[in-house]
Amino acid sequence: MAEGMSIAPAALPAAPGARRRRNTYWGEVGGKLIRQPGAMLGAAMLAVIVLAAIFAPWIAPFDPNKGSILMRLKPFFFRGHLLGADELGRDMLSRLIWGGRISLAMGVVPVLIAMLIGGALGLTAGFGGKLANTLIMRVMDVFYAFPSVLLAVAIAGAMGGGLIDGMIALTLVFIPPMCRVAESATAQVRNLDFIEAARATGAGGFSIVRHHVIGNVLGPVTVYASSLISVSVLLSAGLSFLGLGVQPPTADWGLMLSTLVPSIYVVPWVCALPGAAIFLTSIAFGLLSSGLRAAMDMRGA
Amino acid sequence: MNSLPEPVADRGGPAQPLLIARDLRKYFPLGGGARVHAVDGVSFSIAKGETLGIVGESGCGKSTLARLLMQLMPRDAGELILDGDPVGGPHGISVAAMRRQVQMVFQDSASSLNPRLPVQDSVAFGPRVHGRSRSAALEVARAALRQVHLDPALIGPRYPHELSGGQKQRVNIARALAIGPRMVVLDEAVSALDKSVQAQVLNLLVQLRRDLDLTYMFISHDLAVVRHISHRVLVMYLGQVMEVGPVAQVFAAPRHPYTRALLASRPSMDPARRTETLAISGDPPNPVDLPPGCRFAPRCPHAEAVCTAANPALAGGADHLAACLIQVPGSGHSQAPGLEAAA
Repeated sequence: MAEGMSIAPAALPAAPGARRRRNTYWGEVGGKLIRQPGAMLGAAMLAVIVLAAIFAPWIAPFDPNKGSILMRLKPFFFRGHLLGADELGRDMLSRLIWGGRISLAMGVVPVLIAMLIGGALGLTAGFGGKLANTLIMRVMDVFYAFPSVLLAVAIAGAMGGGLIDGMIALTLVFIPPMCRVAESATAQVRNLDFIEAARATGAGGFSIVRHHVIGNVLGPVTVYASSLISVSVLLSAGLSFLGLGVQPPTADWGLMLSTLVPSIYVVPWVCALPGAAIFLTSIAFGLLSSGLRAAMDMRGA
Repeated sequence: MNSLPEPVADRGGPAQPLLIARDLRKYFPLGGGARVHAVDGVSFSIAKGETLGIVGESGCGKSTLARLLMQLMPRDAGELILDGDPVGGPHGISVAAMRRQVQMVFQDSASSLNPRLPVQDSVAFGPRVHGRSRSAALEVARAALRQVHLDPALIGPRYPHELSGGQKQRVNIARALAIGPRMVVLDEAVSALDKSVQAQVLNLLVQLRRDLDLTYMFISHDLAVVRHISHRVLVMYLGQVMEVGPVAQVFAAPRHPYTRALLASRPSMDPARRTETLAISGDPPNPVDLPPGCRFAPRCPHAEAVCTAANPALAGGADHLAACLIQVPGSGHSQAPGLEAAA
């Protein structure tokens, strides 16, 4: 009897919790995202690319790094090589599947790190007062003075090149724009009444930022970051193409493009494959990003 | 556990005003040496349990005054004394201790709630800041929502955009109450609401003041609302106090020409008594380049040469004061009583 009594009140607060989950901001954004055909097409393309990259060891038909002199520069469907073979006789399909791993990592990792660092810098600049703002934003302006491709090439080149150096170079390139987006979003939120109201309750700067600012800055920063991923995929391919990214014989789309260029008159379709893979991945991220941007726009609701 | 935090205990007794402001000043520099005199030497006191209404045209410094009181911006000069304790300074209570006792409700009910938080979390933020656990703070938030007649189970988990304007403003009031304040500064708290909702919220405020022993500073440009809710009223013009007194006296017999003009500009409910002559015309002068002497002199129908000589101090009876030379015997103004009349 006593147990039955204690269960009833505990069951009551569960009801608002259940309706709350349905109503969260991110829940609503997700709901709107699903209803966008463009974003869903991007998501489907990405799902294929990501799954292929994850399960590369199991689905790749050949060893991506093992070539055969007899198989050099063969067209599509040649003796079991569905997408032909490259200049060293390695299976193109296997190399494309394995290369997706590097390209996705180079697309996502620098953007995520830049989002953390640039976001934190932007929050500090936007909320930390005039001195912090001037200091941080002027340093960012210096980075802005260089075109992003040039900056990435210069940094990667100065550090020697390779997977990690390439990632660091791309991260450094993405921090300034990310910081600027976070700073302007913070500056917008900073002047709203609820920040002043939070300060009036006696809260300190850190707890205001944690509870009231980050949640409102995360939206624009996430949208911007998602749009940078496709840029990052392209830039990393560019670095590899110039020999500043991943080193051979690792399979990477940018590098494959670079080594296949001389053979473009022999097997044009095979040579175009890495480019197509870069293009499709970039498009997929772009579609998803613009869908996210539209879904986050609450004014339409 | 199921109630609001206990307010800080009374220290000075009923005769000690809850808040005394002395000569508050705030200037906003514009560059080139010019500055806006937003609040320029404002002094007043608020008794315990009292509602002080503050009226004035937009731009007269009402909101700046509220922000100075809440320490949301630093004051350039002046003193604040809360129940006998100076706020700030070496011997005073800290700003944090003051905020535990004085809370504020903002004008824009929509932008004063975080759009990404369920409203109960916005209300619970104050108690969290003041050291309560997450669940205890939520419990306080629910009690505060009940106090403003909102159902915590129904409204608490919702987001601001799912609520009506009146509900949002009730949530804002609940947030102020959740800390257990003794005084609430209401900055145009009902101005943005529909008339019918306004009346409900005003009645709620009156009820809360009685139930929770609160003291209000009620800022508004709406004279009818101020008259309804206030005990005393303070009239501001260009950052200075023009007149202060019990609400009945100020509305029945205004002493300052500016107050008279403000009251005359109210729309009348009686079509036979429509406003025919404009009480005052023109805009308030630019608060950057202030005319010497009385701030109101350039627009005042009774202005004379003496009015532009010096800035008049508040003068008059015991509790009904006006900053006008007409109130000062022997001031030299032709309408002022002679010195012998005062003697």
